[in-house]
Amino acid sequence: MSARVLVGVKRVIDYAVKIRVKPDHTGVVTDGVKHSMNPFCEIAVEEAVKLKEKKLVKEVVAVSCGPQQVQETIRTALAMGADRGIHVEVSGKDYETLGPLQVSKILAALAKKEQADLIILGKQAIDDDCNQTGQMTAALLDWPQGTFASEVNIEADKLKVVREVDGGLETIKIKLPAVVTADLRLNTPRYATLPNIMKAKKKKIANVKPADLGVDVSSRLEVLKVDEPPQRQGGVKVETVNDLVRKLKEAGRI
Amino acid sequence: AFPPLQSFSEEESMMRDAVKKFAQERIAPFVSKMDEDSVMDADVISALFEQGLMGIEIGAEYGGTGSSFFSSILVIEELAKVDPSVSVLCDIQNTLINTLLMNLGTEEQKQLYLPRLVGSFCLSESESGSDAFSLKTKAEKHKDYYSINGSKMWISNAEHAGVFLVMANAEPAAGYRGITCFIVDRDTDGLHIGRKENKLGLRASSTCPLTFDSMKVHEKNILGKVGHGYKYAIGMLNGGRIGIAAQMLGLAQGCFDHTVPYTRQRMQFGKRIFDFQGMQHQIAHVATQLEAARLLTYNAARLKEAGRSFIKEACMAKYFSAEVAALTASKCIEWMGGVGFTKDYPIEKYYRDCKIGTIYEGTTNIHFTRVPVEALQKHKSFRECVSAHAQSGRQVAPLTHAAMNKEII
Repeated sequence: MSARVLVGVKRVIDYAVKIRVKPDHTGVVTDGVKHSMNPFCEIAVEEAVKLKEKKLVKEVVAVSCGPQQVQETIRTALAMGADRGIHVEVSGKDYETLGPLQVSKILAALAKKEQADLIILGKQAIDDDCNQTGQMTAALLDWPQGTFASEVNIEADKLKVVREVDGGLETIKIKLPAVVTADLRLNTPRYATLPNIMKAKKKKIANVKPADLGVDVSSRLEVLKVDEPPQRQGGVKVETVNDLVRKLKEAGRI
Repeated sequence: AFPPLQSFSEEESMMRDAVKKFAQERIAPFVSKMDEDSVMDADVISALFEQGLMGIEIGAEYGGTGSSFFSSILVIEELAKVDPSVSVLCDIQNTLINTLLMNLGTEEQKQLYLPRLVGSFCLSESESGSDAFSLKTKAEKHKDYYSINGSKMWISNAEHAGVFLVMANAEPAAGYRGITCFIVDRDTDGLHIGRKENKLGLRASSTCPLTFDSMKVHEKNILGKVGHGYKYAIGMLNGGRIGIAAQMLGLAQGCFDHTVPYTRQRMQFGKRIFDFQGMQHQIAHVATQLEAARLLTYNAARLKEAGRSFIKEACMAKYFSAEVAALTASKCIEWMGGVGFTKDYPIEKYYRDCKIGTIYEGTTNIHFTRVPVEALQKHKSFRECVSAHAQSGRQVAPLTHAAMNKEII
């Protein structure tokens, strides 16, 4: 199969870090804070590499949008088995306001340029929880989409995707080329072994600007304020069921 | 401008992060049980091989990772944060076994032994620890093989080792200049692995006595040259010291990282114990010692990589890191209070594990001797002094002799 897979990987604040809001409430503190690859993007990379190992696809290309530092994230994807990387350079104010709409425009342009047959993304990023990029990319390309995938199988020129939905599991069949977004149970990402980290050094990362792809990254959204979630208040203990019902009514909950 | 001491290449950072994640997910769950049962989990060992951690400096052509000495140091440190026993297994494999085989092995030996088998380095005996070169194990030459008789003590990794590098004397009349390094397969006739020691700490790391009963070893299993074993041992142990420094550093840091969050939660007298000035002073002191140990260790490693003289710095790093590990573990138990004293928390294990740091791969007292010897090696007056001493018929320790004659690599 000569299929080429594009995998988007996002550099986010590491999941284990305690997030702090900046004193001016314009965002969260990112300076000097540990960053890593978005966990759902790791799952996306793992799925793409697995498809390559099964010889169902020929090449896996890892893409990330951002400043110089995102190259580390691309290298991690290379160490997991991606063949080459593309770094779309976005920095400064543009990077601060970069969101799903701009990224999906970039991915759509790259998919055409690289003649990709399949795009695999994480279902959402753990910093903004948008859950939009995969869906928007598919719409821009007019490709079918299999989102919240917990299982993906290639059957001839179609993709069988098992989706995790509120009511349970939904199985759909979509034609390639398509966009898939990875959910938690799709797979368990491999560790980058030390020999693979060394091999990744030799793999190429190409640099590209959004303008080269004809994409305007200016944002139509303005963040007004960022606040911490309200502090958890202590609970109240009640003695009887009647008390409970009364208290819930008082609080306007029922 | 020169980069700070704690600067890493992208490859080194990636390796460190990969090992950190691996250790947290694949080793941490087993640590407590391995310590209690005094057994290293076989799955953990195969995972170390799979991840490429047992052949860090070995070239890809032998199935290794093809990275650098400093990467090994970072790996050893990261592993020790989670389990110093697993760390020492990895350290011995990389800094002792692989180094010897890579530097001295014939092509055939390298192909046979790298890096598929866990290795053990066999030097110490019941009557020779610090005085290593007075070892009594003998190798008698017959035609094309040697018959080895004797015993070894305190051999790490022995339970799992597939290959043993045994230091035996092939020419006792020549004193330490007869010591030869033999590569011995586990299934060799005459090799007996004794019952493992029931230890205070590093319990998951097997430590066994060995007996050689007319053990036949073919001469093609000699590593390097006959009678040069003592040289190889000294040279390789110089790098090994930095590995142990990294292990002690990781132990101290891991223990510290488990403890400080507790002090920021535990409330007494209406505030967190971390908020008491007395506690902050103690924590700051330990954190500073940790930083100093880290810089000593990293710098010694960088010096070695740069091909510059590093022995004095390696000795300093090793003894200092072991001391810092002991200080940190002891303080951490105090800061945790009662829970620090129970096995339900990981702190007491670090306390038991750290003590070996001042003992193995060169006791602290030996290092105290080595540092001045190394520092003064360049001073003519010292050399003249030792020469005069020897000429007057007095005993000069072999180590000092070797240092003097610049036979140390």
